[in-house]
Amino acid sequence: MRRRIAPGAVVWLLVAAAYFLIPLVATSIYSLRSNETGTCCTLANYGEIIHDPAFWKSFRISFVLALETIVIGLVLLVPTVYWVNLKLPRLRPVIGFLALIPFVVPPIVYVVGLLDVFRDTPDWFYAKPYGFLVAAYVILAFPYIYFALDAGFRAIDVHTLTEASQSLGASWRTTLGRVILPNIRGAALAGALLTLAIVMGEYTIASLATFDTFPVYIQYVNENKGFPASALVLLSFGITWAAMVAIVLAGRGGAQARAGGAR
Amino acid sequence: MWLGTVPFFAYALVFLFLPAGQVMVGAFRDVEGGFTLDNMRTLFDEPYRTDFRQSIEVSLVTSLVGGLLGFLIAYSAIREGTPRFLRSALTTFSAVAANFGGIPLAFAFIATLGTIGVVTQFMADLGFNPYDHGFTIFSLTGVELAYIYFQMPLMIIVISPAIDGLRREWREAAASLGASSFQFWRHVGVPILMPSLLSAVILLFGNSFAAYATAYGLTAGFVNLVPIRIGFYLSGDVLDNPHLGQALAVGMFVVLAVMMLLYLPLQRRASRWAR
Repeated sequence: MRRRIAPGAVVWLLVAAAYFLIPLVATSIYSLRSNETGTCCTLANYGEIIHDPAFWKSFRISFVLALETIVIGLVLLVPTVYWVNLKLPRLRPVIGFLALIPFVVPPIVYVVGLLDVFRDTPDWFYAKPYGFLVAAYVILAFPYIYFALDAGFRAIDVHTLTEASQSLGASWRTTLGRVILPNIRGAALAGALLTLAIVMGEYTIASLATFDTFPVYIQYVNENKGFPASALVLLSFGITWAAMVAIVLAGRGGAQARAGGAR
Repeated sequence: MWLGTVPFFAYALVFLFLPAGQVMVGAFRDVEGGFTLDNMRTLFDEPYRTDFRQSIEVSLVTSLVGGLLGFLIAYSAIREGTPRFLRSALTTFSAVAANFGGIPLAFAFIATLGTIGVVTQFMADLGFNPYDHGFTIFSLTGVELAYIYFQMPLMIIVISPAIDGLRREWREAAASLGASSFQFWRHVGVPILMPSLLSAVILLFGNSFAAYATAYGLTAGFVNLVPIRIGFYLSGDVLDNPHLGQALAVGMFVVLAVMMLLYLPLQRRASRWAR
């Protein structure tokens, strides 16, 4: 016998739907209003954004930052997590503990130290976002990438795969690149997509270190132009949404949120 | 054998421990570079006392309200009778909303409940303009409403495995012994879920306590919260004593470290029943 949905459940799920959807619907309606008169309906706000070179520039900066963070984060963590799972299981709790540090040192605390230490470093590192900011974002993304990878590595038999590969004469590089990597591709992808969502939304460090990233541009439009910002907000939501849906489709659903991130 | 982990630990040393250590040390330095406790003592004076009180207040409110709503919603999606597709839709949406924060979220709430927000205008058309009754989104209440947007889904994500862990047999066993639904929750459900609920609420507390961008985007910095104060000091040259920013950061670190110390043992206990 199939049970019908409980009336209480209907009420709470409606509350959830309302809380989640109303701000999005409101932003969509807002985006169709005229910036001069405040009346509906026009696509002018979207046009203004698309024709603003600053939009493309900031979006490109954030996107390149995200790609760089993903590459460095994976290059740094894939071999480490592999090695720890294979040879140094005693280190697993140590890295797990390190991954909790961003919780007690959130971006607003972290940026204080970052500016202290790196403000006077050479221009090639500090003055361009692609050095300093990426270095910091790898640390922000580290817990997300680590927990995704760790789950991926625990789901496969690292020892057997490694031994089988080496007994066939494969080098370490071949083993890692052609045996291990294909097996943890889903986990690496999940970590990469989460990183993309975080970096595309990170405001605290970027704004306080005065870099013109995408979220900093959104805040600029919000303060100076008003309505056109809604088009950017929808785009930003769309990026987060696409990243999360891709993770679910890649079969890595479940608990993908941690405290911290871009808030 | 240890060699394989050197790049990672070296990276963490330079880009995590060095800046974090700099903050910890700097907070206890005076302008000449000597040791002092004055910076930390200043945190108990105004305006910092109010900053901390309000930050804690906002975190308490949003973790409790967001936590309670999140729990009720998660339970509604998981309990028997609710179609499966609703649960997967909720899971996906929670993952998006929990990761959606900062400037875009602040703007979405301005578009909703700002002075000319869509919901504000709708309510005004019905004859009840919240702005005529003391409400404004550019306030602590507004910040709390916006924070709940990511607090509630985070709760849904972290509490769902614990609710899954409530075995159906326990419920049936209780029912066959004559327990009412209330008695089941009072004596079985809530006690088993308690460690999970507490650790989740602590996680939410820290999540809200550390948030900066959302509050900044909403109020342009005109709200007294610790992260906003730190941001204000970092972006302007208003400081006579540069170590004050570091002291504020250490103050935040201490609060969050206490949360972490409460969180870890609860988390260990909670994982006993989680599926």
